[in-house]
Amino acid sequence: MKQFATLVNILGTSTKTNDKLQALQNYFAVAADKDKIWVIAIFSGRRPKRIINSTILQSWCIEIVGITQWLFDECYHTVGDLAETISLLLPEPETPTSITPEHTLSYYLETFIRIEKEGEAVKKQFITESWQQMDRNEKFVFNKLITGGFRIGVSQTMMVNALAKTVHASSSVIAHRISGNWDPATASFEDLLSESIAATDFSKPYPFYLAYAVDEDLEKLGAENEWQAEWKWDGIRGQLIKRNNDFFVWSRGEELMTEKFPEYNNFKDQLPEGTVIDGEIISLAAPAEEAMFKPLPFAALQTRIGRKNITKKQLTEAPVGFIAYDLLEFNGEDIRYKSMAERRQLLEQVIAQTDYPSLHISPIIAFDTWEALGVIRTRSRDMGSEGIMIKRKNSPYQSGRKRGDWWKWKIDPLTIDAVMIYAQKGHGRRSNLYTDYTFAVKDGDKLVSFTKAYSGLTDKEFAQVDAFVKRNSIEKFGPVRTVKPELVFEIAFEGIAASNRHKSGVALRFPRMSRWRQDKKADEINTLDDLKELLKNYNAPIP
Amino acid sequence: MPLIEFSDNGLYCRQGNFYIDPWKPVDKAIITHAHSDHARSGSKYYLCHHLTKPLLQLRLGDHVYESVDWNQPVFMNGVKVSLYPAGHIIGSAQIRVEYNGEVWVASGDYKTEDDGISGAFEPVQCNTFITESTFGLPIYKWKKQAAIFEDIKNWVAQNKENKKTSVLIAYSLGKAQRVLKPLSEMSIPVYVHGAVWNVHQALVNSGWDLPVVRRVQPDSPKEDLVGNIVIAPPSADGTPWMKKFYPYSVGVCSGWMQVRGNARRRNTDAGFALSDHADWDGLLQAVKATGAQKVYATHGFQSAFSRYLTEQGIEAGEVKTEYGGEEEDNKNEA
Repeated sequence: MKQFATLVNILGTSTKTNDKLQALQNYFAVAADKDKIWVIAIFSGRRPKRIINSTILQSWCIEIVGITQWLFDECYHTVGDLAETISLLLPEPETPTSITPEHTLSYYLETFIRIEKEGEAVKKQFITESWQQMDRNEKFVFNKLITGGFRIGVSQTMMVNALAKTVHASSSVIAHRISGNWDPATASFEDLLSESIAATDFSKPYPFYLAYAVDEDLEKLGAENEWQAEWKWDGIRGQLIKRNNDFFVWSRGEELMTEKFPEYNNFKDQLPEGTVIDGEIISLAAPAEEAMFKPLPFAALQTRIGRKNITKKQLTEAPVGFIAYDLLEFNGEDIRYKSMAERRQLLEQVIAQTDYPSLHISPIIAFDTWEALGVIRTRSRDMGSEGIMIKRKNSPYQSGRKRGDWWKWKIDPLTIDAVMIYAQKGHGRRSNLYTDYTFAVKDGDKLVSFTKAYSGLTDKEFAQVDAFVKRNSIEKFGPVRTVKPELVFEIAFEGIAASNRHKSGVALRFPRMSRWRQDKKADEINTLDDLKELLKNYNAPIP
Repeated sequence: MPLIEFSDNGLYCRQGNFYIDPWKPVDKAIITHAHSDHARSGSKYYLCHHLTKPLLQLRLGDHVYESVDWNQPVFMNGVKVSLYPAGHIIGSAQIRVEYNGEVWVASGDYKTEDDGISGAFEPVQCNTFITESTFGLPIYKWKKQAAIFEDIKNWVAQNKENKKTSVLIAYSLGKAQRVLKPLSEMSIPVYVHGAVWNVHQALVNSGWDLPVVRRVQPDSPKEDLVGNIVIAPPSADGTPWMKKFYPYSVGVCSGWMQVRGNARRRNTDAGFALSDHADWDGLLQAVKATGAQKVYATHGFQSAFSRYLTEQGIEAGEVKTEYGGEEEDNKNEA
């Protein structure tokens, strides 16, 4: 465990990608195979089920330390991380951890799995005894393994790169091999990274190819006829896989979502054997007569994800369809090496053979000049899309985010000027700093809150706003402070939908602070009517 | 009328007509220590400890200064004022104020662990104790100084092995001197930023026996610096001044480094939770040792700390001051 705790420490504190990569490589070079498997699992989102909820976990800590709940909460809001709060509060072990026998990472994780179905007493004994044997660093990592969310500054890509260097293979091969459905409790390091398993695990998706945002003049892309343009749909990227007469739906986050969308059940029969389609999982209104589709706001899809049981009402209000972008496997053959144009032709063939109303092909936008495409792009919102994708016709399907062949050209966000009214301390590197804000617009002489936003400011600006909050807070409600309504920000967002969850009656998509309007006073902000106007113009309310 | 009031200018004793660490110019200021949030210029008269005087002269320039020894009383309109060691930095004092048998103590900044250079914190019996609470939450429990010094030395040695310069960020008055002794035991040349150099010279001139340091000069040859140690104040962190040390590793010495998020925000390579303030246990120990019936917490997590004291049966309130407060990122001396 010490080895892993040290690794996490380096990954969490190092500021240089190369150092992190090196630390991972060093770990893979020396760690036991069983532990390596678990590290791959953890950093690719395959942790064991959570064995205890965080409320119970903190109650054990409170009991051991002998403090009150409110004091624990103060600490938690200051640290911004439950696992770390507990590790800082618990006493250091009486016998130095250097002389007590040490357990491996896999020991802890496998014990989690073993006692998952046991009663609370068994779990409490295991966890509190483990705490006694660990130093602060180990306790932090141990708690992280329990509470989940290992966001410590290492991406899956980085881990893939380190693994690739360790076993002398290319990153894309490794990315493919560790994707899909495997169980860290039973997989071995050898098997996982060997060629044979890739052939036997027929649920495996391909790594997604991701586009870069257009950041320069489109003229530099060259001749228009070498490019294909499509709408950029706002759902969840996904892959449909039909192999061995079985069917799988994967999200870009590598989550298996087959069961979530009963609408897809028929795809299994409709798609030919040995097919992998890349596309968008998206909420679509029932197709109109001309058989085109009409995307619903992302908020509709949100009512469908994250739910175990889906009601009939949800199924009718937010039906989910699939818009196909690309074909990665055809007749059981990996065709990613073929050109975009060839793949598109095959994709059209495959989709044409189906007649299921929820499955669509992403229409190609005809355009002659980049300038004309720019004009078309201004219609994105009316189409229910968030911009335009530009793909090079002769490009292969690559893996990960690569520059050059695929570009996304998003529309400019909607904006509204609002005043900050509440603030809360942030998490992670924003610990003990007020960085999470709630904003309001004017409604007559009242202020109505309509969104939260956490991002968009520089560190320096955050520090300034933090200082303002500390000097100008009016009241404290738990971790939230009400703040003198004085600071004005331009809030940018990608979409707006009606919502009864918010006082204002709207829900925004991707809200962030695009600008601190130090030139504006609180009485110069936008009004609730302005928001409602946007709602009317840009999106049909969720039915 | 309480013996000490919390006025717009700072802690004020009406009977004695003096202020303690005022944040605006006043007639008479008693200064706990020479950090800039406690010692501000413009007052007509300053009273401080002998060890603090040269530091005030360095930082505030020409003013009227009077200095006293530990527990050497000064009477101001019948009010007895005496200074006791606070253990925060060189010369740092708690101010004991007595009138008609009532005793108040203003702690200034303090720490309870004796660091070997700042004087040993001395608990003073009083009726009312005004305490700082910079780290007034139980997540702040410091490792022993010796253990942290070991960590710092290991880090320096590791950097040297990797042919990197160790740039240690430490407040120029206080922490810079504190880390100097253990670093000097490594027989690796120690370079310092100009701000650290100025304090160092002022201390040497007033008789302190400090290890030898070299000032970083614009023309210091790069090869002299590689693998060695540079001590710089927080204000230098991330500035172009650091370029000449490349390749280097940055280590920040601050109590805030106790929490990972703070270290990550500072974008530092290593964080050492070395503080000149008392940790949670130190604050509680200090409060109890005064035997005070009433405690005012200021300067940090005052609301949580005073609420906790109240629950422990000690009457406590919070006071807003203009000392460093919660602004950890400007509060370099933490």
